Amino acid sequence: MGSPVQGAVGLAAGQSSVGPDGAAPTRRGTELLLLGFAAFVVSAALMLVEANQEQQLTLRIVWYGLAFLALFGGAHVAVRKFAPYADPLILPCVAVLNGLGLVMIYRIDLAMTERALRLGREINNDVPRQILWTTISLLLFLAVLIVIKDHRKLTKYAYTFGLVGLILLALPAFLPSFIAPTINGAKIWLRVGPISIQPGEFAKILLLTFFAGFLVSKRDLFMAAGRRVLGVDLPRARDLGPILFAWGVSVGVLVFQKDLGTSLLFFGTILVMLYVATERGVWVAVGMVLFVGGAIVAYQLFGHVQQRVANWIDPLATYDDPGGGFQIAQGLFGLGTGGVGGTGLGAGRPDLVPLANTDFIPAAIGEELGFIGLAALLMVYTVLALRGMRSALAVRDTFGKLLGGGLSFLLIMQVFVVVGGVTKLIPMTGLTAPFLSYGGSSLLANYILVALLLRISDAARRPQTGVRPRPVPQAPIAEAHTVMVQRPDPERPA
Amino acid sequence: MNTPLRRVGLAMLTMVVLLLANATYIQIIKADDYRKDPRNQRVLLEEYSRERGKILAGDNVLATVQGTNDRLRYLRQYTNGPLYAPVTGFYSQRYGASGLERAEDEILNGSDDRLFVRRLSDLITGRDPRGGNIELTISPATQQAAYAAMDKQGFAGSVVALNPKTGEILAMVSTPSYDPNPLAAHDGKAQEKAWLAYRDDPRKPVLNRAIAETYAPGSTFKLVVAATAIEDGKNKDDQVTATDKIAVGASELRNYNRGFCNGSQSTVSMETALALSCNTAFAQLAHDVGAKKLGAMSAMLGIGEADLKVPMSVVQSCIGPSADNGCLRVVDENALYQSGIGQRDVRLTPLQNAEIVATIANGGERMKPQLVKTILAPDLSEIARFDEDSLGRAMSRSTAEQLRDMMIQSEAKTGGDGKTNGLSIASKTGTAETGNDPKNTPPFAWYVAFAPADDPKIAVAVVVESRDVAATGGKLSATIGRATINAFLAGGS
Repeated sequence: MGSPVQGAVGLAAGQSSVGPDGAAPTRRGTELLLLGFAAFVVSAALMLVEANQEQQLTLRIVWYGLAFLALFGGAHVAVRKFAPYADPLILPCVAVLNGLGLVMIYRIDLAMTERALRLGREINNDVPRQILWTTISLLLFLAVLIVIKDHRKLTKYAYTFGLVGLILLALPAFLPSFIAPTINGAKIWLRVGPISIQPGEFAKILLLTFFAGFLVSKRDLFMAAGRRVLGVDLPRARDLGPILFAWGVSVGVLVFQKDLGTSLLFFGTILVMLYVATERGVWVAVGMVLFVGGAIVAYQLFGHVQQRVANWIDPLATYDDPGGGFQIAQGLFGLGTGGVGGTGLGAGRPDLVPLANTDFIPAAIGEELGFIGLAALLMVYTVLALRGMRSALAVRDTFGKLLGGGLSFLLIMQVFVVVGGVTKLIPMTGLTAPFLSYGGSSLLANYILVALLLRISDAARRPQTGVRPRPVPQAPIAEAHTVMVQRPDPERPA
Repeated sequence: MNTPLRRVGLAMLTMVVLLLANATYIQIIKADDYRKDPRNQRVLLEEYSRERGKILAGDNVLATVQGTNDRLRYLRQYTNGPLYAPVTGFYSQRYGASGLERAEDEILNGSDDRLFVRRLSDLITGRDPRGGNIELTISPATQQAAYAAMDKQGFAGSVVALNPKTGEILAMVSTPSYDPNPLAAHDGKAQEKAWLAYRDDPRKPVLNRAIAETYAPGSTFKLVVAATAIEDGKNKDDQVTATDKIAVGASELRNYNRGFCNGSQSTVSMETALALSCNTAFAQLAHDVGAKKLGAMSAMLGIGEADLKVPMSVVQSCIGPSADNGCLRVVDENALYQSGIGQRDVRLTPLQNAEIVATIANGGERMKPQLVKTILAPDLSEIARFDEDSLGRAMSRSTAEQLRDMMIQSEAKTGGDGKTNGLSIASKTGTAETGNDPKNTPPFAWYVAFAPADDPKIAVAVVVESRDVAATGGKLSATIGRATINAFLAGGS
């Protein structure tokens, strides 16, 4: 990894442009160290699986660990070169999530292989494909970092993104089923030859980018208040356009694709962005009303929504119904059996839960790593999303703030919907856990998301060259001793 | 814009806290409910996939496991399955477990508290927990001889052999037997096929006749009557009636030969009465000592004990109707006459009958029958050893000695093969009538014995569900009983 030179240069560059108001180290060393730690954690997890599954423990694991480190080392080098001031925690968080996901998918593959052998079925392993997807995702990640040198440039293409996003989202619903098949009740896939993709995963990010750009350009309009009723400033009717648009898209996804998860995710994120852009809580209230209305209508109209709600209220009661609570109940059995400490990686039976390596991967982790493991995982997601949020707070341009905040919220909202669905906090809606679950589209889309967050965080922490920091008013030398006296800041109310 | 961003950050944290709180509820508070839900296969799979302990007898391994590549990881295997099936029982994912597999499940699956320290060290070293091993008191040579003798002639029945001094069970045979291996198969279809075949077999191969079935003891019960009478002050040389019949209600109780018991004598000594198995004599004796004393002696010998575990549960043996707590109460005078010859409501397990002769052999002190000698850790180090356990004195030593002398005379009058020079056996045969039409229904042929008579090392009870209407205990069962005794004594222990 020819990084020492790179690092030295990066560090030197950082130091050379340090302003008088404080140093801005790049922290790439921290990132590399944490990536090493992530590789260690993932290798240890793989070793546990191998030991518990009575596979032979060989030096292979060391090679896998090194290969993993090399893969993310490559990403690290790219960050060093193309986003040297990016947040140092984001990439290691992604690495540990992606790595543990691979271990878990491999672990479920082992169980499925055993089952296939027993039943004389065809063996169909997912982990080699997921490794391939990870590699492609990292390449895409690299491409995004290279192509998008400044996230603000994205505003120029906001409407294009919006249009493409909308088309991608709608595509599966309107294509014939030989190319857009219905899988697990949802019509969200495109199948081209051996490859299946979910265009909706990419549409989410495109639409988010569009909304960020759109809201920034029209921000002033939404800030203007309409009539005041009972002390609340109601928005003007004509300003309801964007939220109605978002609502319409969400309902469309729900009706035509039967994809509750994406619908919920999309609407929630847009709502939050609208709130951030306008700084007015009334939008949240309007959104909630629309959401509740939509939810009630959906419940009345769709049998599958009613079934999901019934499964949520008591999965054990609907256990035997077709489309009933069997899957959620199995997930809960797994979580319960795991208890606090879990059964140990490779020592549980996560394969008893259908879709264990996609939607129900949190149940598999909760079973084998216990509450402790699941909580740790949630913490990694939290750190990842909060670092994104921090970058959004620190970045200077409003578009960056809005995009960064939206992407960070999108991430945690996905986690909330998936983990909440599996643990019966909310009705199951069917989404993949970011970076953990098996699935190429989700992985690719989430790597784009992370590349954008890294880009924004790089912009946030990069010292502003060209623009001189405003000179701090200096007291005359003669009065220097009076500087020691603390005065109350006249602009800040006590 | 930063204020709403901070608020959104706070909302994100709230969402995570909600998830954590809910996960706590599911994985900690509700965990046990989910773990124990009958629809959760995990616990069962976990138990069935553990390396189950071995069942050993002497140098023989009766049950062991073989590693497999499937999800249950270990396949239970029984060497010589049918021979030891009454002891080991079976272990099936689908049909549960029986025998020792069930009675000592906690040791065998490793969850017993005595294995705790080892489990803990397994946890730390990351080894899969393994089950402990069970070493039995069974003498393989004796078990083999008894089983072969029964199986050779296709008899249904049971042989139980005890060490009279310690209560150790030396043999526990039940025929026809079954092979427990297919029931332990990992292939559910194979399990089901074997299970249905065994269940639907009219010869009831899975029934452990030694401890789970009771038989009318017939003349072997005369030992209990004699013991009661001697304890009551009688002597083996005292004269008892030898009459040809006793009126029992509307019908009559007669001797086997339909006439007087010994030629034309009106009385015989109790010793001769036992040797000739006079029915009228013991019916009268039972009547004379009374139901209360007969019940008390029966109880001292273990009859009526409802919760005996060896460690498998043994069904209750009774002298009265088992309903309404009547197990030790002979209902009336007529029943008392019939009880004196081991008929009517008297029903004993083969193990119980073996215990009676073992108690006589042990000078009147009854020892608790037990099947487990030692419990061994997975590494074969000893965790627990079972000591002999006295259940109290049922009769005085002199009573036991008189009974022994009577039984030696009885053995002299008993036919069948297997008598050897220089070995003195004390025995009693019995031919119990069965069914509503006893004269045309094949009887149960009994033989209870111990040997050597002067220093008893083995006590046996043999019962054969005879197919021959004319069969008597001597012809069928004595041969099997002696084969069992000879095999054990030849084994040098």
